Amino acid sequence: MSLSTEDTPAAGGTRTVEIDSHTINFGPQHPAAHGVLRLVLELQGEVVERADPHIGLLHRGTEKFIEYKTYLQSNPYFDRLDYVAPMCMEHAYVLAQEKLLGIEAPIRAQYIRVMFAEISRLLNHILNITTYALDVGATTPSLWGFEQREALLEFYDSTSGSHYHANYFRAGGVVKDLPPGLTDRIAAWAEQFPKFVDDIERLLTGNRIFKQRTVDIGIITAEEAMAWGFSGPCLRASGCAWDLRRSQPYDVYNQIDFDIPVGSHGDCYERYLVRVAEMRESHKIVKQCLAQMPRGPIKVQDSKIASPTRADMKRSMESLIHHFKLYSEGYHVPEGSTYTVVEAPKGEFGVFLQADGTNRPYRCKIRSPGFAHLQAMEKLSKGHMLADAVSIIGSLDIVFGEIDR
Amino acid sequence: MADENQTLPAELTPPTPQQALLNAVLSTLPDGVVTESKLARGVEPEIRVRREALHAVLQLLRDKPDFGFEQCMDICGMDWPQRAERFDVVYNLLSLTHNHRIRVITQTDAVQPVPTVSDLWPTATWFEREAWDMYGVVFEGQSDLRRILTDYGFQGHPLRKDFPLTGYVEVRYDPERQAVVYEPVKLQQDFRNFDFLSPWEGMTTLPGDEKVHLNRITRE
Repeated sequence: MSLSTEDTPAAGGTRTVEIDSHTINFGPQHPAAHGVLRLVLELQGEVVERADPHIGLLHRGTEKFIEYKTYLQSNPYFDRLDYVAPMCMEHAYVLAQEKLLGIEAPIRAQYIRVMFAEISRLLNHILNITTYALDVGATTPSLWGFEQREALLEFYDSTSGSHYHANYFRAGGVVKDLPPGLTDRIAAWAEQFPKFVDDIERLLTGNRIFKQRTVDIGIITAEEAMAWGFSGPCLRASGCAWDLRRSQPYDVYNQIDFDIPVGSHGDCYERYLVRVAEMRESHKIVKQCLAQMPRGPIKVQDSKIASPTRADMKRSMESLIHHFKLYSEGYHVPEGSTYTVVEAPKGEFGVFLQADGTNRPYRCKIRSPGFAHLQAMEKLSKGHMLADAVSIIGSLDIVFGEIDR
Repeated sequence: MADENQTLPAELTPPTPQQALLNAVLSTLPDGVVTESKLARGVEPEIRVRREALHAVLQLLRDKPDFGFEQCMDICGMDWPQRAERFDVVYNLLSLTHNHRIRVITQTDAVQPVPTVSDLWPTATWFEREAWDMYGVVFEGQSDLRRILTDYGFQGHPLRKDFPLTGYVEVRYDPERQAVVYEPVKLQQDFRNFDFLSPWEGMTTLPGDEKVHLNRITRE
């Protein structure tokens, strides 16, 4: 951009401002890029003409690795995709394996998985909403939100032994039962959570600055959203009442009563509103899971797939052999293919698994919702100001672990 | 694998919604377009179509109201190096109005282009770029066939089965030259890839036992 100011107002002429288009690099090291996004922006003055996201800076070759690991060993890779909501990714992978193996997890395990999927959804939405607010200028929500996230991550910690990369779900159930007292702690946390959502809403929903930055920014209609492969909150904010938990239910979602928040306008503000409403629904689901969860086994009683208990291994030679075989060779999955999806916090997370009868996947394609969302960046930001691009990135809920894989 | 190609006798049992969808698709498409069709595990309709007809098939699946596949959720490649046309391109479609899915597969090799579907679904562009990047599948009519996930200036297609897991180059920061440098991969120990097939089937290099193995191959 060049400013020519030779005609000063004092000289009686008008002030001529010449603006030419220019290209800037947004990221890959930028706090509002939500990770390692390099966005090449072509600007006309301060208006975005073209946005070309360069992704892959966090590409780790997960799909290639999975082809070289047993099914069991691949499980932790899924935590590292969308590292904001790890257990939802595992969920898709174990469901895909269960389909090919022809097994079904016991009912208690299904409740545990649904409960932790919803806890993961809360983890995701809290992080997204609060850092989104941070992007557009509000500091307080993130301070409050991370306190709640810490409480939820401690549930992760006490049940799986890991704060973040849980590696908790298994084909045929979960790896171990909930520790004693955890359900009471989750129930106690659930008591205070609605107040937190109210507080966040009081800070943001009616906030003039927040609304100025988000209302009517990055609008996408329902038809366009469908064509661009949107899913999850981004699709629902455009007015499509589509939720895989309702329309293609997995595990015990068909036993649970919850609503699907739907927007109409499809702008950044509505994507925020849908996520806030979803947090309230997830809270309802967690409470229902706690109330309905029966006692019983937490994985299939088949030592060829699920590891025998520690106690059995001390007494039975056969259990010991099973344990050894499972953790060295793993289990063989019959030949076949499946495209299995879950409603991850960001949208449709799919695993296309091609098994060839050995103990390793022949091909495992990971379909991440953020990949499709980020692609629409140019469509959403064209004609908006540079500062709005930040707002749009935030509202799409971009996490590079799953986009770059 | 026994129930993979499950076909229900239509007169006896009412077809499941997935079977009905598959039947409707097969009866709508002209002859010779679909080379293979199945209902994977009885629930996932899957058709294999000729490459030349792919665009027309997908357009029909999107536009015919009975099918209504508004969304193309995923496009991915798959490599079968022993085949003449070694690559599969897999399209997973979703219909929001009818709540059903279908999988469309087509075959190609590293030279024959697959028609792009980015004019049907704009979201296809990145998925096609990814298939190009990972497998080297060429998409005809795709104006933006740049690499997407790999490094700038990357050589090769990493998800091909003949591409080694460790790759060919490694990258590090050289403090002397004050630059990022690329070097051939140096492994501290040989890459070990264990074969977990049953020793009676999987072991192909038992010392002193080569003749037995050769005989077994020829008998098959």
